[in-house]
Amino acid sequence: MSMGAGTNRLGQGIEAMQGKAKDAPPKQRTSRWRFAWWLVFIAGVVYFFLPLLGTFAFSMKSIPAFSAYTGVLQDPKFYSTLGYSFVVGVITIIVSIALLVPTAYWVRLRMPRARPIVEFITLLPFVVPPIVLVFGLISTFSHPPLPFTHTDIGSTALLVCGYVILSFPYMYRAVDTGLRSMDVQSLTEAAQSLGAGWGRILITVILPNLRVALLSGAFLTLAIVVGEFTMANFLARPAFAPYLSGLGSNEPYQQSALALISFALTWLAMGMIALLGRGNRSRITVTGAR
Amino acid sequence: MTDAALPRTAQGAPSARPGRRFSLTWLGLVPFLLFSTLFLLIPTFYLIVGSFLDSTGQPTLQNYRDLGGEVPLNAYVTSVEISLVTAIAGGVFGFLMAYAVISGGPRRFRSGLMTFSGVASNFAGVPLALAFIFTIGRQGLLTTFLNGFGIRPYDSGFSIYSKLGLEIVYFYFQLPLMILIIAPAIDGLKKEWREASENMGASTWQFWRYVALPVLMPSLLGAMILLFGNAFGAQATAYQLTGGFINIVPILIGNQLTGDVLHNVGLGYALAMGMVGILTLTLIAYQFLQRRSERWIR
Repeated sequence: MSMGAGTNRLGQGIEAMQGKAKDAPPKQRTSRWRFAWWLVFIAGVVYFFLPLLGTFAFSMKSIPAFSAYTGVLQDPKFYSTLGYSFVVGVITIIVSIALLVPTAYWVRLRMPRARPIVEFITLLPFVVPPIVLVFGLISTFSHPPLPFTHTDIGSTALLVCGYVILSFPYMYRAVDTGLRSMDVQSLTEAAQSLGAGWGRILITVILPNLRVALLSGAFLTLAIVVGEFTMANFLARPAFAPYLSGLGSNEPYQQSALALISFALTWLAMGMIALLGRGNRSRITVTGAR
Repeated sequence: MTDAALPRTAQGAPSARPGRRFSLTWLGLVPFLLFSTLFLLIPTFYLIVGSFLDSTGQPTLQNYRDLGGEVPLNAYVTSVEISLVTAIAGGVFGFLMAYAVISGGPRRFRSGLMTFSGVASNFAGVPLALAFIFTIGRQGLLTTFLNGFGIRPYDSGFSIYSKLGLEIVYFYFQLPLMILIIAPAIDGLKKEWREASENMGASTWQFWRYVALPVLMPSLLGAMILLFGNAFGAQATAYQLTGGFINIVPILIGNQLTGDVLHNVGLGYALAMGMVGILTLTLIAYQFLQRRSERWIR
């Protein structure tokens, strides 16, 4: 059925059954509607692309052409901050998976009673936005007994822990949905009867089955962490978003080029998720406030 | 359910026997519970307790009374207004746009729009604010373009650094978020319903008024509530756009965090708690509506 068919999908069935005879009167009505839908769509697309165009136009004001982009690529801070955020993102992903997979697995297998508690905790980040979470983290960990913020490594650890918390809502749901699509009970029993221990079951049986869910979650986490500003800024970390934010006063053209590069990086991560999740309805792309 | 609790003979934690209360199976949850307690529950609890203490550590309700002061109250009003406006505008237009690519004319763009929405809804914060400054800022592309036609938004009182400016920018992540959330609900509208109502002589308007909208309403409201929370908690976008000079709650908390602008730590804690309180209400409302929408849409 051609996409541009002159009717709207909801009416297609009936018209296919009744043939052309009934087609004539509703057609005028639907073509007017079709025009309206196109108008809505085009307005949305224009709104979506204008800011990107504006950013690109501004970056091209730098002379010679593309010097804003070469300037970015020659700035060592670009690599160091992007590298920092990337490493923080990777550690966040590892910690998040190491915490949530065994927990979700255990809840499904042995502790269905604990499900409400675990679900409640993993939903909490919706209620405690990053600005409040970082406020709480700094208030709690800036003095003994746990003076995390007094050292660089401590602050980075705190940042990672904060990001892990932020990843809970979508990561847990992704893992839980993934577990629901397999027979955890039988897989575990089969592995046990072959002599596997808990660690081996998790790593060689459960994890491979969660591959798609975990990879989408990982790319989403990476996109979020690399672009995250609030927590990195208040913890005074040399991360990518604070670098991008501070670039404006000296290098406005480079800043615009970098904003576009950061859009491209988000696009890359989301593209990976879209590729991974083809035919998979449990795509997770909804995250939190920024 | 009882099946899962039956004794097992494998390695690892000894299994629970029915009737034993504090079974060792709880041990499996310890890492997760410990981590959440340390980095989520305790920090939140710290803020809660702090909001009920004065500067000498005595219990007080004064911090919450201070929320009624001019600056904090204005911050809440502005925050709620911005979140409400962008949630409704983003909700309505996002629904129309999702409907357009699912059932309207431009259907071939559906998967493209969905992927783009995934990107755009995550393109928030610093780069988003910058993109809009380059576009509708004083020297922005669109502004200079309009100036060329004699339309001068900045001479007629518009500013990107204002409430309206912030709303236009927030709309950029609200719209795609709405498209992502509402698409499954629109997919759930069965075409048999449309056929049935047409067979009974219902007009398009009657179909929407008596069939589609009532079915979709819980999903629409639920999605808009999510959008509300999404805008309400956002800090980075507003900070980058206005340099911290717009009085909304997340900015006020941030300013308190960096420089104690309120000269009162307790008030900062109370501000944060007010935010948590409002977001808790939105989450409860969302879950309620979510349950209602599951009746029709599977």
